Amino acid sequence: MGKGDKAIGVIGAGSFGLAMANMLAEKNDVLLYARRLESVEHMLQHDSYKGKPLHTRIRATNNLEELAGQCNVIFPIVPSSSFRSMMQDLAPYLHPYHILIHGSKGLDICMPKGVDPRSNPSKIDRSCIRTMSEVIREESVVVRIGCLAGPNLATELIQKQPAATVVASHFKEVINEGIRLLRTDRFQVYGSPDLVGVELCGVLKNIIAIASGAISGLGLGSNAQALLISRGMVEMIYLGRALGGDVHAFIGLAGVGDLVATCTSKLSRNFTVGYRLAQGETLEEILSSMEEIAEGVHTVQIMKSLAENLKVRAPITQLLYKVLFEGMKVEVALQYLMKYPFNIDVDFL
Amino acid sequence: MQPKPDSIEYSKKTYKPLIARAEYWPVMQLSRNRRSFIEEVTEASIERILEAKPSRAALVEELETTLHREKLRIKGNPWAVDPEDDAQYWGEVQRILVNISSDTNGKTAGQEKELLRSIINRYAEEIAGSFQHSSYRFARRAITFGFSRLLNASRVKGFGSLWSNQYTLQDKLHIAGETDHIRSLAQRGVVVMVPTHFSNLDSILIGWVIHVLGLPPFIYGAGLNLFNIGVIAYFMNSLGAYKVDRRKKNVIYLETLKTYSNLAIQSGCHSLFFPGGTRSRSGKLEKRLKLGLLTSAMEAQRDMYQKHSGTEAKKIFIVPVSINYNFVLEAPSLINEYLKIKGQERYYVESDKYSNSYKILKFLVKFFTKGSDISVSIGRGMDLLGNFVDDEGNSYDNNGKLIDTRDYFVSNGVVNKDKQREQEYTRMLSEAIVKEYHRINRVFPSHLVAFVAFEMLQKKYEKLDLFSLLRLSDDELIIPYEEFKTTFERLRNAVVDLYHQNKVHVDPKLTGDVDKVIMHGLKNVGMYHSKRTLKRNKQGDITTEDMNTLFYYHNRLVGYDLEQHI
Repeated sequence: MGKGDKAIGVIGAGSFGLAMANMLAEKNDVLLYARRLESVEHMLQHDSYKGKPLHTRIRATNNLEELAGQCNVIFPIVPSSSFRSMMQDLAPYLHPYHILIHGSKGLDICMPKGVDPRSNPSKIDRSCIRTMSEVIREESVVVRIGCLAGPNLATELIQKQPAATVVASHFKEVINEGIRLLRTDRFQVYGSPDLVGVELCGVLKNIIAIASGAISGLGLGSNAQALLISRGMVEMIYLGRALGGDVHAFIGLAGVGDLVATCTSKLSRNFTVGYRLAQGETLEEILSSMEEIAEGVHTVQIMKSLAENLKVRAPITQLLYKVLFEGMKVEVALQYLMKYPFNIDVDFL
Repeated sequence: MQPKPDSIEYSKKTYKPLIARAEYWPVMQLSRNRRSFIEEVTEASIERILEAKPSRAALVEELETTLHREKLRIKGNPWAVDPEDDAQYWGEVQRILVNISSDTNGKTAGQEKELLRSIINRYAEEIAGSFQHSSYRFARRAITFGFSRLLNASRVKGFGSLWSNQYTLQDKLHIAGETDHIRSLAQRGVVVMVPTHFSNLDSILIGWVIHVLGLPPFIYGAGLNLFNIGVIAYFMNSLGAYKVDRRKKNVIYLETLKTYSNLAIQSGCHSLFFPGGTRSRSGKLEKRLKLGLLTSAMEAQRDMYQKHSGTEAKKIFIVPVSINYNFVLEAPSLINEYLKIKGQERYYVESDKYSNSYKILKFLVKFFTKGSDISVSIGRGMDLLGNFVDDEGNSYDNNGKLIDTRDYFVSNGVVNKDKQREQEYTRMLSEAIVKEYHRINRVFPSHLVAFVAFEMLQKKYEKLDLFSLLRLSDDELIIPYEEFKTTFERLRNAVVDLYHQNKVHVDPKLTGDVDKVIMHGLKNVGMYHSKRTLKRNKQGDITTEDMNTLFYYHNRLVGYDLEQHI
């Protein structure tokens, strides 16, 4: 059996899932799993879904067993909040020869029994937090795990604009597989052995994206934006290190690359949350009117507790928490930030 | 399939040999076919080296590097066990190499490969053990007989006590854990036993355990330096040891060694690796394992899956074993070496000054005539990815799902070789082994008193770094007994909690009346060192004569987060 013969699996028909399915379909047959039966039926009958085109080589399915049986390589791209339960459903059909490359940009909280993270935020440490690759390890027999991260705004990918991504894995085999499947004339693929580092880049940049949206929503200019992005980068590195990531990933495509894209584009969901907050809407109003989940909101909650618990300096995250959940005005938060006693620019290299 | 906590009490069992007739032992067959096996190892190693160094220039360069290192070794660090013609042989190698590198018209083509063959063959001959059944039998009897004589002489009073059989070795050396499990696995596949390593006695001890469990002899890589010591060399040779020379770090040697181990496993020989590499210098449980020999097991497994389909491919089972001592003969010198390295003293020479034959004999006599126990805990078997297996050898994941280990080596439907993947697997395996070490480690009263005492002192002198702490004078190192007792009790509860969570194991002597447990611990911790590790002074308070060994014995319980309870 040659490598090209098997279909490639994609789990999740959100906008990024659809974008990846379309790109993968340029070279291979793609089996796309959606949880809702209506969605699958819609996709089987139409050549577009939610206003996005569907490549002819994409076939939708509602059957995880079929997906695992037909595909050796699977791309799970579902929100972090439902990632674990998806893995639990998928796990019975997985074998150690499967390769999983996920594209989710959130964290999973896994508290010891009987502890509620909300009532007990001070107890959150690294042992309660799982990246998506760690969830895959815990819930299944799969070990050849990778992740996708980089400046990959789904809308632009669908429009076939040029872009690039990072495939990170401990296994060269997985990286090579990612390159083989995704690389095209307009899509560049880089490899990295730092799986956790690259995952954390994708996760943490969402915090800064919300903040950046807020700056933009206040109508401030490029100086302020640049200030936020570069200090946000430093904060990402501090938080990333607290979670066991290496600095290198953060200055690469998945780190600074993705950060610039999400912090400057109105196509980013997290950016939009911040933008609308600054315009005076409440978090509830914003979330209820959004079609897909903005991972950053959840990430801010987790990282704020972790930063306090581990005494990591993370002023942007802490103030953003106050804005999101404690009703602080964006303007006030900004003033706090401007008064914060930073003095050394770069102290992590 | 997750292992359950073993009961605290020891049980004494006798086990029938799995293979009664020695001629069917895999190790016997290996030694009978010694010549052809060495030939096989040589050929396979040549292939591996040529794969890594495909061009002539690269190979010649490798040979030159090897020569250079070997000459340094001969000059700088010669050992009694080295062959007499060492210098001469490498002189000849040098002559040939000079010819090859000055050759411009291709006259010497092919000579570099011949040279490679010659070197590998020499290494393989050196590595290969010479197992002999007669001396195996003798060595085994000598150990059992000698030890039980000593034991009975000290415990049974009166005339003729020397010949009493009231006590057997198992009263002194406890074997606990998954004993039936390992026997079951040995009948279904190849067992690779990976014990913790604290003392030079470990290999003899494990050899005895293997015999008591009725398993056929295991082969093991023993440090060549051990063959410098008369008594041990004899036992080693007869227990199936092959030789590992840690001075030789050149690629050709290491590849030959790995190939030897790989092929021996494939031929069905149960093997023993000390994956920590050397004895633990600090007294801590191994945290980072040397991956070299584990890699060879990984490769052997993949080779077997490649060569055989379905169930015909033998499965390899990794069985972690923890050896628990109250007392480690070499502790003072080991910890000093550790501290020197930690203190970054620039010159440090590996020495074995506590390991000559006389000292070891003296220790044995003391060990059997005074009351100090050793326990050996057999862990749960796992496959090469660290998944636990059942008695039939089937692997299961954390959620109880059955796994076919072959699938880990499969890419697109076929088993294939992927060095980088296997490296990563080896790293994952070593993490699983370390975790199992911590689970089966038995906490002796002596470990806990040392841990508590050292941690209390460290807390008292919070501001001092390790080296200043170790240099404190005797009168600063006193802990009031009551204070010690309260803390000890708290820590013991914490340890028992861990035991119920299946994260560590406890010795029966740790249970019961606190004062007695502490007494027992104080008496036993490092009991034969000339300076007492811990004792009670005239006022009844706890004090130490030797902070270094206290630090050493304390280290045994590092890694359980017990410090928070001090």
